[in-house]
Amino acid sequence: MDTIDRGNDPDFVWPYEDTSRVPFQVYTDEELYRVEQKKVFQGNVWNFLCLECEIPEPGDYKTTYAGDTPIIAVRDEAGNINAMVNRCAHKGSLVCYKPRGNVKELACVYHNWVYDLRGNLTAVAFRRGVGGKGGLTDEFKNSEHGLQRLRVEVFRGLVFGTFSEKTEPVADYLGDELVSAVDRVLIKPLKVLGYYSQIFKNNWKLYVENNKDSYHASLLHVFHNTFGVVRPNMGGGIKISDSGWHHLSYTERTDISDDEIVKENVRSKQDAYSLEDPTLMEHKLELGDNVTNNIQTIFPTLVIQQILNCLAVRQLIPKGVNESELIWTILGFEDDDEEMIQHRVSTNNLVGPAGFISMEDGAVGAWVQRAAKSDREALTVMPMGGRAIEPSQGSRVTEAAVRGFWKGWRECMEI
Amino acid sequence: MALIPSQLDDEVSLRPRIDALNANYVHTIDDDRLEDWPNFFTADGEYSISTRENHEMGLPICLVQCKGTGMFRDRITALRQANIYEPHTYCHSVSALHISSASQGVIATKSNFTLVRTMSEGQMMLFAAGRYMDKIIDYNGELKFAERRVILESRRIDTLLVIPI
Ligand SMILES: [Fe+2]
Repeated sequence: MDTIDRGNDPDFVWPYEDTSRVPFQVYTDEELYRVEQKKVFQGNVWNFLCLECEIPEPGDYKTTYAGDTPIIAVRDEAGNINAMVNRCAHKGSLVCYKPRGNVKELACVYHNWVYDLRGNLTAVAFRRGVGGKGGLTDEFKNSEHGLQRLRVEVFRGLVFGTFSEKTEPVADYLGDELVSAVDRVLIKPLKVLGYYSQIFKNNWKLYVENNKDSYHASLLHVFHNTFGVVRPNMGGGIKISDSGWHHLSYTERTDISDDEIVKENVRSKQDAYSLEDPTLMEHKLELGDNVTNNIQTIFPTLVIQQILNCLAVRQLIPKGVNESELIWTILGFEDDDEEMIQHRVSTNNLVGPAGFISMEDGAVGAWVQRAAKSDREALTVMPMGGRAIEPSQGSRVTEAAVRGFWKGWRECMEI
Repeated sequence: MALIPSQLDDEVSLRPRIDALNANYVHTIDDDRLEDWPNFFTADGEYSISTRENHEMGLPICLVQCKGTGMFRDRITALRQANIYEPHTYCHSVSALHISSASQGVIATKSNFTLVRTMSEGQMMLFAAGRYMDKIIDYNGELKFAERRVILESRRIDTLLVIPI
């Protein structure tokens, strides 16, 4: 039954010589979706699970997902973070059905099977039956019925989990370029400033592509142009990990003054509008450079975002072949003062489902999904920047990082 | 905290005025007269949309936050001129008003709302439900929001949120 466990779809063949063409089928095929859960999310990848600061104390847990598999991330008595599939070894019920909490042990309420904070089964209700009748026989070994464990690595405050023994350490998985990118943003202990989520009526991969597609930014999101928010001498580009799997794009201001707080040059152009209150465009330089926007994508579904002073991680969760959910966790640093927190709240108007420069991303994926479903063999075309998967400096008009994502997807899927 | 009649009209006369304010507010949005939306607020008024989760956890992040008339107008200019989205309309229903307190000219009220969104092709959904938590003042005989905090029951927004709630 290799097709079921390994999930190969024998009918699917990649229809083109490289990843500059993608068939619509990958967004609409139920079978491929099922295979992805096994071979991408439960394969040799690191899934982002939560932030270390969300479960600071022993016994703190948070429920999360890896792909569409429910996961418990929990800190044990020794301070280590463990991750287990949130599914009782007995009948498969969710063990934790609250979003977060603090516990001494993990007890499934259905039949009171109890696990320690590492997922080992420690007790079974009515193990010896009642009055000598019923209960377990000697052949039942607790040690064979723990929760399914993931390997966990905490990297710069981000908690990652993998189902595979083969996944290399996170730093190697990311590669040098992405490691320095993460280090650039997550410079201090973090604190969560808030959450929200966004439902996309589209396959999860369309949102991943959207993030890796720096070509669309100034075309779809016209807020900057409409308001004549002119950015003098903006540089930028994209970088791609050697594997092709991860990427970062950045925009840089090159003529910056030494002022700690630099106001965007907001002015009205002819036929354009002006912002009456540009507070949300203020950038308090805090990361030691002039980079105003930095989007990092970590395969398969994590985005780390710095847009001015709005810091966030975005975790994408597939919800069936036609739907996905993006959980935004908005961040500050532990040492932010009240003024900085309020500034981050203000800047946050730019992003999220109601964000001036990001709301459109919720709509375009659904438009592709609706148009794609009737023609599974038809191909999308991604020729920007040639066919290669290589970095670009000075321009973000390239689809190289999207081609890199499909390279990673094909490698995982063995397609 | 009971209403203090010596400082304000008593609740009997206040309630219909606030009901009218709330009705006027939602119809202004539902009728797409969004350019009038900033006028419901005082010049330094504050509007925000957050979630029950953030509210209960004491987390400051909002999906939308406007402070002062300029930001309100910028939201509407962006909606009209910059942001791209499929045409859709809102239909709000607002519950009976709860007057929480009234002191020194500021009336604190709560009401619940449900919001049905209809897309141009006809799909209709319960887009949002939640609470308005308001601070209302009498501004030259006209009631205005000094603060309107929209607390959504759910953290989930379907697709995008562009029209104010
Ligand atoms: Fe975008």
